[in-house]
Amino acid sequence: MTSTILIPSIHYLAILPVLIFFGASLGLLLMSALVKDKVTINWATGITVVASIATLVVAYFQWRCVANTGPSTTVAHAVVLDGFAVVGTAVIAASVLLSALVGHDWAKRERIAGADFHILALASSAGALLMVQANDLIVIFLGLEILSIGLYVLVGFDRHRDSSAEASLKYFLLGGFASAIFIYGAALVYGATGSTNLSSIAYFLGSNEVLRPGLLYAGGALLLIGFAFKIAAVPFHLWSPDVYEGAPTPVTGVMASIVKVGAFGALLRVLISALGTQLDTWRPILFVLVVLTCVVGASVALVQRNVKRLLAYSSINQAGFMLLGVWSGSARGVASTLFYLMTYAPVVIATFAIVTLVGGTGDELHSIDHYKGLARRQPWLGGSLAILLLSQLGAPLTVGFYAKYTVLAATVDSGGGALALIAILSAAIAAVFYLRWVLTLYADDDLEGTRVVVPLFTGKVIAVGAIVTVLFGIWPGPLVTWAQHATLLFLP
Amino acid sequence: MHSSVYLLLLLVVPLAGALAAALVRKTEGRSYVVGVATAAIEMVLALLVAILYNDHVKNAQTWDFATRHVLSVPLGLAYDVALDGISLFMVVLTALVLLLALLGGRDKRREPAFVGWLLLLTSFTMGSFLSHDVLEFFIFFELTLVPSYFIIAGWGGAQRAKAALKFFIYTFAGSAFLFIGIIYLGFLNQHNTQGALTFSYSALSSTSMSHGTAVWLFIAFAIAFAVKSPIWPLHTWSPISYAEAPTGGSIELSAVLAKLGSYGLLRFAVGLFPLALSTMRPILLTLAVIGILYGSLVACATPDLKRLVAYSSLAQMGFITLGIMAGSKIAMVGAVLLMFNHGVITIGFFLIIGFLEQRRGTITIKDMTGLQGPAPVFAALFTVVMLASIGLPGLSGFVSEYLILIGTFGTHAWWGGVATVGVLAAAVYLLWVYQRVFQGKATGANAEIKDASSKERWVLVPVIALIIVLGVFPKPVLDRITPSVQQLIHHVAPAGANK
Repeated sequence: MTSTILIPSIHYLAILPVLIFFGASLGLLLMSALVKDKVTINWATGITVVASIATLVVAYFQWRCVANTGPSTTVAHAVVLDGFAVVGTAVIAASVLLSALVGHDWAKRERIAGADFHILALASSAGALLMVQANDLIVIFLGLEILSIGLYVLVGFDRHRDSSAEASLKYFLLGGFASAIFIYGAALVYGATGSTNLSSIAYFLGSNEVLRPGLLYAGGALLLIGFAFKIAAVPFHLWSPDVYEGAPTPVTGVMASIVKVGAFGALLRVLISALGTQLDTWRPILFVLVVLTCVVGASVALVQRNVKRLLAYSSINQAGFMLLGVWSGSARGVASTLFYLMTYAPVVIATFAIVTLVGGTGDELHSIDHYKGLARRQPWLGGSLAILLLSQLGAPLTVGFYAKYTVLAATVDSGGGALALIAILSAAIAAVFYLRWVLTLYADDDLEGTRVVVPLFTGKVIAVGAIVTVLFGIWPGPLVTWAQHATLLFLP
Repeated sequence: MHSSVYLLLLLVVPLAGALAAALVRKTEGRSYVVGVATAAIEMVLALLVAILYNDHVKNAQTWDFATRHVLSVPLGLAYDVALDGISLFMVVLTALVLLLALLGGRDKRREPAFVGWLLLLTSFTMGSFLSHDVLEFFIFFELTLVPSYFIIAGWGGAQRAKAALKFFIYTFAGSAFLFIGIIYLGFLNQHNTQGALTFSYSALSSTSMSHGTAVWLFIAFAIAFAVKSPIWPLHTWSPISYAEAPTGGSIELSAVLAKLGSYGLLRFAVGLFPLALSTMRPILLTLAVIGILYGSLVACATPDLKRLVAYSSLAQMGFITLGIMAGSKIAMVGAVLLMFNHGVITIGFFLIIGFLEQRRGTITIKDMTGLQGPAPVFAALFTVVMLASIGLPGLSGFVSEYLILIGTFGTHAWWGGVATVGVLAAAVYLLWVYQRVFQGKATGANAEIKDASSKERWVLVPVIALIIVLGVFPKPVLDRITPSVQQLIHHVAPAGANK
């Protein structure tokens, strides 16, 4: 008997973003191997920017395709092309664009030649892209690993600081465990349902009685732990403050934005698409996870003096809010989490861009004291940071308010009034450290401090973050409608 | 021209003023001129609206100048403004406070920013009072926190950072309950009607719900408004914030922002959840009476003038709450009137205290004595404001307190009886502080202080005029308030309760 490998039909438009990112990454890698010392940082940034913009253009065509013909699957149903995936792709591409520009100025300041940073960032982001459109546990795992391996190296990128290497090792060890737990969960789910394909799992669970529910529950729980680690949900968050602190600051920005988009995209698909029928089982677990994540994130941040650790806890608190949309398990909930991710990514990248600048050469000035009077000396820079922090706090007229509003609305709509109240009260706790930071910016007892140099690209990124914050804070309609449409085209 | 343009102008003029103040920041003193000019325009607009206000527009009950534009359907977000007899005087008060805070509380440190924040605060406060949509109200209500925070933190006294943070966190945490309550109510209404998500006040006020739901929602709303007002026991942020804020900030906080609390209680908690009233009325009336007594008692013992006004405000806000919750039309009219009168009176107090602080560099009561010798005009002005606050017949405070107590006696005699003690207590702590600060023999620095300059006297003229005019002839104001209160009472308790 001759065995042939059946090549499944491939809809190339669907996987084009992943191909572009991978291609750009490999291309840069080959170039720097072949023409040693000639691939400058300028080339690397240029190619990354071009790849990101190309992906945004592709996303536009994908969106039109989805709008015309509806959501579809390809590559043997392993990859989805739906509104949700397209928006996720666009957010990741935009985040890579912004992060690459910040990374460019940072690499110049730190005198890092070569294209390594961009190669790794592109490869990692390709993993994130794969995660938001994966329709199979194995593909999600692939995406997760591609995303993580690049990041392990990026975290340890700063060879001058021991803390960077330490963070890298910590992230690698714990991340490896999380991956193992995830794949074990996938195996158990396969055992219980007979498939790793999300649609097949959903179909099986919808039309059959599960013979061994214990197997399914254990598998689902392990998958959830794997995700909880990636999004740093309490109690799986312990790595994040150390890694955020140790990693080079532009990398921290990548972790807080792109990783979250990828992980939440896959989490939503697994819980809502595949395990939607098991809502009543996973909801109580998620309830506990949300409460812990919101409250611990906000409370522990109160005692931090290092702004990177502070932002780590702040982003834990924000992840709690994003989980609210997942908890609600409804179309409104998915749309709200998507909207939260869309708006949080540029805000957090711009915030870390400012932290990168204030950190100075060597990336070490991260005490909150270094921000004393910043907004007095440099009103634009300090004012932007104040706006970005107010957005993360959830003040009205910033986009963060509507992000919180949409997730809370979805939660209340699904009967989670108490949960919503706990979350928003945690935001009141979080307000303390955001405001303390803002107050430090406007302190007037250190007017003679050093001026922070704002390079061209980083300045633009910060401006984009602040403009997005205010523009969509005044006029959130289009973005919300977009997120809602994207969810309507969510493959069931 | 649609009549709602006036309301849009009330919102936009201060915003434009803030922008203009930022643009002319390079020239010293220019931003102050811009600020005062904006405030004057705003005042004219507010008075114009007060004169043009018509309490029976066709099909709009007592709402006038109404317009509604939906901004985002999935969010339920809308620009929806309207004005009735209750919000009308809050709007006038907001404009008046801005003008007098700028004229009497000028702060030359980083002046463009100070003027800008004050103007922004005014715009947001206007927005809260003009909103005819609950979500829109909430957004403006939350927005007022940001400028207030920066004003206290940037221009306050020695403990300004602590005061600003305490103010922000208390109010923010309080409004968390309000936020969830609003969202819950919106979805409740949507599930009932099967229509689009809306937060329109008129749509939500006819939402049908069980008694239990109404009580829970009422509590959620009341917590936010009780923090803002403040109502005992959620008042603990207010003394330090009033005391540490700069003069302009103290005026804004006590004269206008506190009214957002009582206004919200009246308009939203009472107006949207009439079913809850039977349960909540005794509780809130009791808290109000405790606030009156507690505020008066602590005011006797407090060491500085601003804290004294803070505690006296706690007592006065107790009277307002009493009037709102008593369930009688007369008391509610009195409460709305007292919201305005108390605003005017506290402007007077804080302006005079601010002027004295500039001269003496302190607001501690025991450091001052015998000021009426060197500063007889200040003494006279303080006396008028003080007597209005005590409730002397012929001055504005009397009319409103009298209406509240008369109305409360009709429906809840016991609470009314205990609250009357508060009127006496006000006389005690105010007359006593007058004795300590103004009477006796001035020595040292106290003997040296200059009396009110002509500019300071002119700033206080509107305050004194309003105190006297509204004490003698409150009819034009009452005529505008009464139909709207009548309508609210009718909505809350369709039968009876018309005492």
